[in-house]
Amino acid sequence: MIEYKNIQTTCPYCGTGCALHLQVLDGALIGTLPAKGHPISQGSLCIKGWNAHAFVNHKDRLRTPLIRKDGDFVEATWDEALTLVAEKLGAIKTESGPDSVGILTSAKCTNEENYLLNKFARAVIGTNNIDHCARL
Amino acid sequence: MTDRLTSLHEAIMQVLPQVEGVLAIKRGPGGIAAPYLFSPEHTEELDMLAIWPKEPLPDTLRIIQKAHTDAKLAVVCRGCEERGIVEMFKHSQLKWDNITLIGLECTQEEAEFCRCFKPHTVHAQTTVGDPIQGVPDPLTDKIAAMSLEDKRAFWKAEFEHCIKCYGCRNICPQCFCNVCTLEDEKWVETGRLPMPNPSMYHLIRAMHMTAKCVACRECEETCPAGIPMAVQFRLIARDVHEMFSYETGARLDQKPPQLLVLEEGEYQRTGLPH
Repeated sequence: MIEYKNIQTTCPYCGTGCALHLQVLDGALIGTLPAKGHPISQGSLCIKGWNAHAFVNHKDRLRTPLIRKDGDFVEATWDEALTLVAEKLGAIKTESGPDSVGILTSAKCTNEENYLLNKFARAVIGTNNIDHCARL
Repeated sequence: MTDRLTSLHEAIMQVLPQVEGVLAIKRGPGGIAAPYLFSPEHTEELDMLAIWPKEPLPDTLRIIQKAHTDAKLAVVCRGCEERGIVEMFKHSQLKWDNITLIGLECTQEEAEFCRCFKPHTVHAQTTVGDPIQGVPDPLTDKIAAMSLEDKRAFWKAEFEHCIKCYGCRNICPQCFCNVCTLEDEKWVETGRLPMPNPSMYHLIRAMHMTAKCVACRECEETCPAGIPMAVQFRLIARDVHEMFSYETGARLDQKPPQLLVLEEGEYQRTGLPH
């Protein structure tokens, strides 16, 4: 059976919120189409949106966290990576104070993820040093 | 359900048992429609069948057929989409014998939205709706009537709005080259807006659309800058018709001018320079 469908989603590249369709043929992501009739993007996309499918299965995409060991990046598990980040951030906060840490979030994240990072910065680290690439 | 939608539903139901899928438009969860291949195994999905907006179905058909060369497929097509499919077949992009066309005749309102000169199908095996005549294209007529100087100024100003999204090329049913000239840094410099020579991209594309553009206007519809580029293609199409008696996408047995070998006498007959 041949399967061809489109999955509507929001473009991950900036904060505008253009809608796009991800084209799926036989279970594989093959391309992007603009979403006609969407109130924000109205059937248009910029060059980034038109290529929003390209990074998903790109060979250069990171699939596991990497930790630098002796100058080289080595593949690690999420547990190892998160433990290391927690330890280092904790140590910096204790030694130099919470305002020595700054957090930059991304338009590629969802609103919910950005909310969580905001909470993490203010409630966990204890700093107001949080900003977002959409303000650049 | 409107009457036209019901008729389309019925037409698809009749064709479905004979094919592996019918390419049409399906309403999504948020009411936004997109191309979808309806399968004979899941006819209940036709409850989500949509009729508007127009979607780039010919190009989608090409992509599916490329992966399933021998599959028998049907496609819902309007006049322009049928022309797109005919033209793709002539350029060896589609297998005509494996495609069943379900014609969808455009309404007056739809034709006026598209400024369409031929909003009806010719080759479709079954058709839905009543065929109507073409409507005038006031925008093209207005631009065609401008002086050369005004035309140049008009297009220059329009092209300067271009944000280099490549949407017009991506959505075009006739842009199927494996390597696209327009990606060359020579024509479209990266990292700058507006482009240093904004006319280059659009004029090269216009030349490449000669005897290929089927006037579906997908490029204009998707353009974030609202450049009325189909007007250029329409004017070129008028010239092509005058010189070669060629109407893009109309007949299966007429070779596109690009594929013709012209003898010396024919050059003279068509009035082309030697």
